Formats: sequence, C-alpha cells, structure tokens
Amino acid sequence: MSHKALSPAIYGLMAEFDSSTELVEAARAAYAAGYRMMDAYSPFPIDEASEAIGFHKSRVPLVVLLGGLLGGLSGFALQYWINVIAYPLNIGGKPYDSWPAFIVPSFEMTILFAGLAGVFGMFALNGLPMPYHPLFNVDRFSRVTRDKFFLCVEAADPKFDLVDTQRFMESLKPVSIAEVPH
Amino acid sequence: MNQGPEEKTALLENPWPDEPPVLTPGQSYGSMTDQIADAVLTRPIGLGWLAGLAIGMGLLGILMAAITYLFLVGVGIWGINIPIGWGFAIINFVWWIGIGHAGTLISAILLLLKQSWRNSINRFAEAMTLFAVACAGMFPLLHMGRPWLGYWMFPYPSSMGVWPQFRSPLVWDVFAVSTYATISAVFWYVGLVPDFATMREKASNVYTKSVYGLLAMGWRGSARHWKRYEALYILLAGIATPLVLSVHTVVSFDFAISIVPGWHTTIFPPYFVAGAIYSGFAMVLVLAIPIRHYYGLQNMITMRHLQNSAKIMLATGLIVGYGYFFEAFMAFYSGSTYERFMMENRWLGPYAVFYWSLIFFNLVVPQVLWLPKIRANTKWLFLISLVILVGMWLERFIIIITSLTRDFLPSSWGHYVATRWDYAVFFGTIGLFSAAIFIFIRIMPAISIFEMRTLLPEAEVKAHES
Repeated sequence: MSHKALSPAIYGLMAEFDSSTELVEAARAAYAAGYRMMDAYSPFPIDEASEAIGFHKSRVPLVVLLGGLLGGLSGFALQYWINVIAYPLNIGGKPYDSWPAFIVPSFEMTILFAGLAGVFGMFALNGLPMPYHPLFNVDRFSRVTRDKFFLCVEAADPKFDLVDTQRFMESLKPVSIAEVPH
Repeated sequence: MNQGPEEKTALLENPWPDEPPVLTPGQSYGSMTDQIADAVLTRPIGLGWLAGLAIGMGLLGILMAAITYLFLVGVGIWGINIPIGWGFAIINFVWWIGIGHAGTLISAILLLLKQSWRNSINRFAEAMTLFAVACAGMFPLLHMGRPWLGYWMFPYPSSMGVWPQFRSPLVWDVFAVSTYATISAVFWYVGLVPDFATMREKASNVYTKSVYGLLAMGWRGSARHWKRYEALYILLAGIATPLVLSVHTVVSFDFAISIVPGWHTTIFPPYFVAGAIYSGFAMVLVLAIPIRHYYGLQNMITMRHLQNSAKIMLATGLIVGYGYFFEAFMAFYSGSTYERFMMENRWLGPYAVFYWSLIFFNLVVPQVLWLPKIRANTKWLFLISLVILVGMWLERFIIIITSLTRDFLPSSWGHYVATRWDYAVFFGTIGLFSAAIFIFIRIMPAISIFEMRTLLPEAEVKAHES
C-alpha cells in the first residue's frame, strides 16, 4: 500500500484529540470531505469511530463460522472413519456408527476450530504482528494506548495534499497536528 | 466492552442507592492506566509478595518431589487399589476444573449479558481459569501410571494401528478439557493484547519494553482493528459459553455414563456445572479480597463486585443443594436396593463425617450470605469462600469414594485411605496455582485497562448533530 511507484515523502498527517467525541466528529468531517484512506486511533474500542471512517463490516464472523463448520465436520468425519472403517470395535454390541456418542468430540472440535480460526483470522486481517509502523515515529502517538485520540489521513489518499489537508485538519481544532514520516 | 449510553448511565448513577458503585468517582483514563500498570512496572517487590511466592514455590517443590517419586515407583504410592481406582487424582481433577469455570463465566457469560461490572475482575479470573485447568489437567496424566504415553489418548496414525474408542466419555474428556484449555488461553491472550501495548509504551526499561512489545504484536489502537477485535471478542465469548457448560457436563458424564450406584443419574450435568461455578466464585473471592486489599484497588474492585459474587455463590449453592436433595430423593424413589444402600452408606457409613461436613459447609454455612451485613464484610466473605472450597472438595470425595468403596457385591467392597503422597500432590498443585497467581500479578496487568476505560462517562461518544 505504502510502496507505490510514486511513494509520497510522508506517511500522512495526524491530528490529536482529547476525547472520543471529538475524534468521531473529526472522522465524520474527514469522511464528508472526501478522504477515504484514513484511520482513527483510540485507547479503547469506539463503535462510532469505525463507522465514521467508513469501515462498516468485518469479515471476522465469517472466518469464525467457516472454522467452526470445518472443525465440526472434520471432527465427526474423523470419528466415523476411526470407529467404523479404520478400527471397528464391538463395544457392548453398540453399532459401529454410534453417532450420538460422536456428538461431544464433534462439538468440542467445532468450538476449537471456530476459536482458533477467529483469533488467527483477526490478527491476520489486522495485519498483526507488525514490527514497524510509521505512526510510532510521532512521539505523541504513544499516548494512544493511554488517554489520547488520533486521526491520521494517509498521504496515499488521492485527495491528499500537504497544504490543503493540513488546512482541513486545522479546521477540526485538534490539540496538535503532526507529519508522520516513513 | 463498549456500552450503549443508557447502560453506562445506569452503571454510574446506580439505581440502588444502598449498593456501592462499580467505579468510584474522580478517575480518568490516565489515572486508571497508571494505577493498574504501575502495580507491575514501578511498584517495588514487597515482603508480603515474596513470602506468598515463597510458600507457593515451597509447595511446588513438594509437588515436584512427589511427581518424581511417582514416576520412579508408580501409582502404588497412592492410596488407590481395586475397587477404588480413582481416588484423589480424580477428586482433585474435578475440583480444579470446576474452580476454573468461574473465570470463563465472568469473562464470557457476563460479557454477553452486558454486566459491565465484570470488567475489573475478568482478567485475573481468566488467569485463575488457566492455572486451575493446568492443575486439573495434570491429574489424569499422573493417574495414568505411564504418563509418558499420554499422547496415546489423541487420535494420531500410530505405528501400532490402534485408535481411540469414541464411545467412551473418558475420550470425550480429552477433547473437552484440551479445547477448554486452548480457548481459555487464547481468550486471555486476546484480551491482553491492547494492555500489552499500554505496558509497552509505559515501560522505561528497554528489555521490559521489548518483551511487552513482542506480546503486543504492534497493536496501535486502529478503529479497523478495534472493530475486528470486538467482533472476535464477542464471538469468543459466545463460543466459550456453551464450551464451559459442556466441559463440566462431560466431566459429569465420566460418572453418569457408568452404572455405579450414586453415579448413574441424569441430574449430574446441571448439578456439576452449578457446583463448578459455586466453587469457582469462592476462589474468585479468595483471590480478589487480598489482591484489592494489598494493591489498593478498592476503587476498581468495589464492594459491588464482592457482593455480586456472593449473590452468585448463594444462588449456585442453592442449585447444588437441590442436587443433594434429589440425589437422596431418587435413591429411595427409584426402588433400587443399591441406590438406597448408597445413600444410607453416605449418611451412616465410614465416610459419614465427610458427608455431613460437606452438607454443613456447602449448604448450611453459605445461608448467612442472605444477610446484607455479611455480604458487606470482606473478612466473612473470605472465610465463607474458603469453607465452600473445602466443602466442594469434600463433595467430589463423597461422590467418588463412597460409590467405589461399596458398590454391588459386599465381597468386593473396600476402604480408601489417602497416603502422604496423595496429599503431597494435592497440596503441591495448590502451590503451583498460588505461585502462578503471584507471578501473574507481578508481570501482567491484573485488571483489564482498556475495558476499565470504557466504563468512564467520557468514553461515551456524545451525539450532537448540528
């Protein structure tokens, strides 16, 4: 994303805010002004913030569903194959395909695969782990894990212009504005 | 997690004036962050902590010695012998795994029910779950006699060409407990990632910073990330809820699927789950009361948390009592000689003193929790919780030992007495558990910092459309 042929000199412009309300209002204004490649940063989840930057739907639930289906079906298939085909044992005259007895491990496998798929899926979709990110070049950004709120408009956005965007950001009345170097 | 405006106002304005608030006023994002993180980063190591860790480590040493001897000599060093094949190992397994269940209940079920008061106790309750499951998981392994062949329980293409037999509840247990341990661990870790990022930024020492940095994986609080994170967190809670109910249900199947008098009963699954949550909340209080006292966290773990936990204990205790009553009722109503004898044997047999103590500890003593004065007194809550933990251990002892020592044929009856090695392993796991808890509160934020921030009134986005 950041390594285009005409890579801009900076990653973007970042504005700092004191409260979640100001952040969400700023993000809404930036979206209304036509910016799309931007992100809001906060010390805790804010539902309205992702809505404001135009990110409405995550694919995590789908990943969890697929993981769960895969786990449940493969769990049942494994038991069926083992107890009916690979190693049939007569236990108290019960049928080889004692499917009610297979429900418990199938259920546990559903949960296991759904959970692991969700966790790995969430980190993968988020692009984590990420050892380096330009935002951390701005010293004040470390307070995003404490008590400050940030909105960063990325230089890769087609509408981005160092002067215009800076002027637009000033109109949002942030605590400070910083250029984010690569 | 994030709450709608009405819920948050309800939380802070407190509709019941007699009850203490969830969060005391006058706190900010920064002050809460500092208070929780500094307990790890800057607080000097105290004598009390060292003494506690030393006791835990001492008991852990005993566990190591007992396990070494067990591996050298075999399970004959324990009190088990035919007809009592299970003994302490399975009693302790059921007891520990039950204790773990309250952690999942707090982190998952209370999250789904939007009980935000859980935000200050979920982190260490989840840690408690992990350590309790680790203690529990050890017992079936040690009990196998040849623990180095433990992997035979898993379905893998072995050169012997043998496979597990999936009609056995003991195999179900392998799946249930290993899934539970895995999901509890990832749930805990996912919850910690944003807080590791906080610790990364706050740490001054470069090594500490790097370790937290690695664990935080570059978390930067992006709105897109939070959105996926929240979706996952709520889904994990959604799948952990049936999981936790299934785990103790499967544990109870180990008994209920058999035909042994006193075990072959359909009330076992709900009664086991209620008992698990009962003992788990007792352990939550046993940990929370000293932690909030010594770390000065009364502003975050308030009396509201302790009182709510006490009420949950009272409710689950009554469900457990219902279980005890129906065990006795069905023994007589069934008309089965063996079932009736099993009950009479519990009341008057060689282990009667354990039975009546468990009734006293689990049913009689906790009734004082009806009194608001007792619920408001941390010393009483702590004592009652200890009593419940002992009572729940005795319950598993009675279920396993009275049924196995005297089942059908009097000619094959026996008697069970635990040996010093049984006690060494049991108290050893208590050492493992407490040492792990002591280390945990020194190296990780014991309260979820980012979830506490969402409880503040200013966290809510005020809607003023212009």
